[in-house]
Amino acid sequence: MADLVEKLKVEIIEALNLEDLEPGDIDKDSPLFGDGLGLDSIDALEMIVLLEKNYGIKLQDPKEGKKVFYSVQTMADYIILHQKN
Amino acid sequence: MPSRVVITGIGIITSIGNGISETLQSIRSLKSGIGPISILKTVHRENFPSGEIKLTDQELTELARPGVPATVTRTTLLGLIAAREAYISAGLKPGQKPDVKTGIVSATTVGGMDKTELHYFDFLNNKQHLEYVHTHDCCDNTQTIAEYLGAGDFMTTISTACSSSANAIMFGARLIRHGIVGRIIAGGTDALSKFTLNGFNTLKILDEKKCRPFSSDRMGLNLGEGAGFLVMESEQLAKRRNQEVLCELTGFANANDAYHQTASSPDGYGPFLAMKNALDLNGTDPREIGYINAHGTGTDNNDLTEGFAIEKIFLPAIPPVSSTKAFTGHTLGAAGAIEAVFSILSLKYGMILPNLNYSGKISELSFEPALKLQEGLEIRSVLSNSFGFGGNDSSLIFSKY
Amino acid sequence: MEAYITGLGSISVQNTFEANDFLQNPKPLDSPVNYCIEPDYKKFIQPIQLRRMGRILRMGVTAAAKCLKEGGVDLPDAIITGTGLGMVQDTEKFLTSVIENEEKFLNPTSFIQSTHNTVGAHIAVMLKCNHYNFTYVHSSISFESALLDSLMQVSEHPGMKVLLGGLDEMTDIYFRISDNAGLWNKYQAENNPSMDPQKVKVGEGASFFLLTGTRPAEFYARFTGMETFYKPADAGDISSRIAGFLQQHGLDPHDIDFVLSGQTDQEGDIIYRELKEGLFKNNNFGYYKHLCGEYYTSPAFAVWIAAKMLKNQIVPDAVVLRGSGPNTLKHVLIWNHFRNINHSLILLSA
Repeated sequence: MADLVEKLKVEIIEALNLEDLEPGDIDKDSPLFGDGLGLDSIDALEMIVLLEKNYGIKLQDPKEGKKVFYSVQTMADYIILHQKN
Repeated sequence: MPSRVVITGIGIITSIGNGISETLQSIRSLKSGIGPISILKTVHRENFPSGEIKLTDQELTELARPGVPATVTRTTLLGLIAAREAYISAGLKPGQKPDVKTGIVSATTVGGMDKTELHYFDFLNNKQHLEYVHTHDCCDNTQTIAEYLGAGDFMTTISTACSSSANAIMFGARLIRHGIVGRIIAGGTDALSKFTLNGFNTLKILDEKKCRPFSSDRMGLNLGEGAGFLVMESEQLAKRRNQEVLCELTGFANANDAYHQTASSPDGYGPFLAMKNALDLNGTDPREIGYINAHGTGTDNNDLTEGFAIEKIFLPAIPPVSSTKAFTGHTLGAAGAIEAVFSILSLKYGMILPNLNYSGKISELSFEPALKLQEGLEIRSVLSNSFGFGGNDSSLIFSKY
Repeated sequence: MEAYITGLGSISVQNTFEANDFLQNPKPLDSPVNYCIEPDYKKFIQPIQLRRMGRILRMGVTAAAKCLKEGGVDLPDAIITGTGLGMVQDTEKFLTSVIENEEKFLNPTSFIQSTHNTVGAHIAVMLKCNHYNFTYVHSSISFESALLDSLMQVSEHPGMKVLLGGLDEMTDIYFRISDNAGLWNKYQAENNPSMDPQKVKVGEGASFFLLTGTRPAEFYARFTGMETFYKPADAGDISSRIAGFLQQHGLDPHDIDFVLSGQTDQEGDIIYRELKEGLFKNNNFGYYKHLCGEYYTSPAFAVWIAAKMLKNQIVPDAVVLRGSGPNTLKHVLIWNHFRNINHSLILLSA
């Protein structure tokens, strides 16, 4: 789990071009969107691509994104749940 | 006193028909042009129903002849066909030196991408098909149409996403009012391409079924392709050459939502401003509008925010509103002009074009779209909306002359 | 139709954005393709926005910001831009991935930013500007089309403040493709083809201007006229069109204090040579593309130069081919063509 969380942080930084951030700057439980990192709806779409490309998981309903991408931890949880299946 | 701008010719080609006559037939038989993609080679041909014109590039070339250049893109071919129809219907002869300064304002979002995407790696690696590098630019369709018709006294091209050709019409009218040209052919063209199909798919706003504009369970848009052109001139010029006037452009406005690159603001401020300013241009009372041809793409965001904006202006008496995108799909850069043609047909035949595929009222809105085709009504003015990415919002008002 | 330039900002191959001197020590263009000297964008754009912005978007937004600041305007009444190639980097990115990934796993950001009106739209979002916003995309008269619209706007509403821009970017890939296609071959008349055409040096840039119709206390210069024409028959045709344009403005060639032409090097091409010794044989004559490179909206850079010339009453040595300009500069004529397809004339006056 911890490895996945760290891997995700690196992947998020790369996918969203967060050039000035290090993985250590992202708290795994803090909200990614809104006030958190200040990500927006375009970033949410990029995260959907990340999920599919890197983990083979297709988010059926983009509206689910709010819950899935709430934090790095919720993303990791989602991946573990769906990869098992 | 700037001259009044009248429309003397219209031309169109979409998945519901080549030309005005076929288009009217399809509208009257409620025949939509949306279905599986068969000509564009894409992995998504079965995934996303689209308004593809069922004519190959070869067939389009045959229809456009004579005068088609050897190297030509699908976008330009569609433009040639629609522009020629408009020109001829305005009583003008392609190739003959026009009586007054005549120019063209065209619009497109993809330009020659239909060919570029086929040959891109050939350009780079084998230096092949390089003639298509020259046809990639947005201006290619404009220049080709100008030479084809012999109307090159002025030309330019606009690209503002989905409001492009509405903006072309607006700019064309202003050129006439300023006396820079006597006559303008204005409109736009866009062909289907893998670039746009996949691009819209990344935004997750394509419907995997036929689109349902203004419906509660709408799931997104269907793409389409096509071209639409108007011939516009000053009323004095039309009178002087005894040319039948189809209608007058009595209102237009462009505003910016300034909210987000791809989504409209929650209260539809940009759309509201565009419609309001179009009405205010000549002091048109909202109650004079007999029909609204909405942008109505069928996306969650557009239909709701456009609906709010319509309510803000037109309540308590909202005129019949419909989206014709369930007929043609969203024709992107050509949409403004194609739907201007529909608006002009609405005036000519007293017609309300129906909103196809409706499946239930959007709960947040107080109105439902017009579902039945009607003709022979007394319609004085029609409002046509085109709202594009980058918050680029445009409205046009056509009125009986 | 006239308009006053009250602010400007230019990012170019020369140090035009932050330098205080006016082309005093221009750098020569050494390579076939030459890229802009870019400022530290972090000083102008928030990191959270900057991270996603491609080069042309950064250049456009920053040049526009400088222009607005200089002109003392927070919110323009219209934003009108011209770009010949549009958003090249983002278009390439998305197109390449569509082809290479066989239409799978595609990223929305580069698609969203590939639309031609992205720069104008982004400026509107940043300023919360709900006003008129148009983008013209017609090859080498994209900027001129935007200029015409701007002139019409202030003619309709003289008090308006219009933000006008001309911008284009170049990329290695697009350069290779367009070079393969012969786009950068120096123009030669059809009846004198050469086996081995010379190449022009290619560049890029973003130049923005603030325009108003009401005469302000201070301004750089006035736009006093603009015209474009398509595929002229020959040099004689070009000469008579230019003479006709000047006549419309009550002017003769001898009233033009400096002709700033679009020739790409000292030698020029057959058209520039013919008119320099013909219609303009008695004029001070110059060029600007050896400073900024050839690109579709380079006339915007020429306007930047001409506006500063008229304001400061200086003709920089860097632009001179013949003559040095009179003591008083009243009228500067910018004349450009791209491969003899589209010609443009922009008249600027003190």
